[in-house]
Amino acid sequence: MIRVFAALVARDLRLAGRVGGSGALSLVFFLMIVALVPFALGPDLNLLSRIGPAILWLAAVLATLIGLDRLFQADDEDGSLELMTASPAPLEIVVLAKVCAHWLTTGLPLALASPLFGLLVALDGPATAATALTLLVGTPALTFVGAVGAALTASIRRGGLILAVLVLPLMIPTLIFGVSAAQAALGGTIPFATPLTILSGLSLIAAVVGTLAAAAALRWGE
Amino acid sequence: MRLIVDNLAVRRSGRRVFAGLSFALGAGEALAVTGRNGAGKSSLLAVLAGRLRPAAGRVAAEGVGEASIPECLHVVGHRDGLKGALTAEENLAFAQALLGAPRLAPKAALERLGLAHARALPVAYLSAGQRRRVALARLLVSARPLWLLDEPTAALDAASQDLLAGLMDEHRAGGGLVVAATHQSLGLADARELRIGAAPQPEAAP
Repeated sequence: MIRVFAALVARDLRLAGRVGGSGALSLVFFLMIVALVPFALGPDLNLLSRIGPAILWLAAVLATLIGLDRLFQADDEDGSLELMTASPAPLEIVVLAKVCAHWLTTGLPLALASPLFGLLVALDGPATAATALTLLVGTPALTFVGAVGAALTASIRRGGLILAVLVLPLMIPTLIFGVSAAQAALGGTIPFATPLTILSGLSLIAAVVGTLAAAAALRWGE
Repeated sequence: MRLIVDNLAVRRSGRRVFAGLSFALGAGEALAVTGRNGAGKSSLLAVLAGRLRPAAGRVAAEGVGEASIPECLHVVGHRDGLKGALTAEENLAFAQALLGAPRLAPKAALERLGLAHARALPVAYLSAGQRRRVALARLLVSARPLWLLDEPTAALDAASQDLLAGLMDEHRAGGGLVVAATHQSLGLADARELRIGAAPQPEAAP
């Protein structure tokens, strides 16, 4: 079972690194959104640094959606998913491995690159570090919630838009606690740790529920 | 292993594809499923593979312990399950890790199929016949008793068809089972034939 998990993660990482992988693309999309905001708001540094964490989080939510629609669809089209259902490992392990690989190629680079993008919205050192930490803890929740939508739309052609409509409302709690944790680090009455622990709780719940739900959706879709 | 199909009926989007299908297949036996286009050959294979729920009847396997039927079989069908961006060898190594019960190394399996030279090429660069041979090489990298083949000779040249017949004979000599949906003779010695014939009848409106 561990071997199947490792083989799947290695395969998906390798595929992401070859032609047509979406990891770098979602990072560029993240950069684009963050870079657009100062142009729209004008050069008001105080305003920018106040709403900076919110901008980074919104950009992260949107960038997570990039490539998510192909998470199971690509494997459904060429018959790989059929091959995976013939594996002795349960479908939940397959889903968990694929989502982990997806997070490693989209969510993790996003969190790691966010200090750099924090400069564009005039965040200072501690605020940048806090936002990066909330993204690191919170993006798994986004990916796992998105995986359920990806599994539901796996057999629908051009399911990307349906996927976004399905999963964006479910990402709201993660967004709320992600932004409030980052804002708490900027100063305020709430200690930083409170929203951060809720955020990590959300990620853990999403990992369990998302894996089971996505596997059930794939079985149901067969 | 022994495969038992009892009074199977399949319905797809309200139309009965076939009904009352029964057969049993023991170790070393082969079954050629024939019938015109749309008769339900692929549907039968999908039911056997556990991907499609039958409307009635049952499929059972004996003598495989606790393994479920999908864990006992290889499927080679129209969708080949290969990733174009990965090389032939990487695809096979992944299939081996995924399916378990390793037999031949990916390299040796490709050599058996006459594709040793294409080992390090991305599958997207291969021709349809070569892709099919890479998919067939999957049969060799991990040992499973039941082979479900859907039009296995599609896109294969004559030499490769002979090669496939040899592989199937070898598999059956080792106690394996083969179920193949086909329009052509596959060169299977003493294979039984199951003809799915009747035209699909629309159900009367309830």
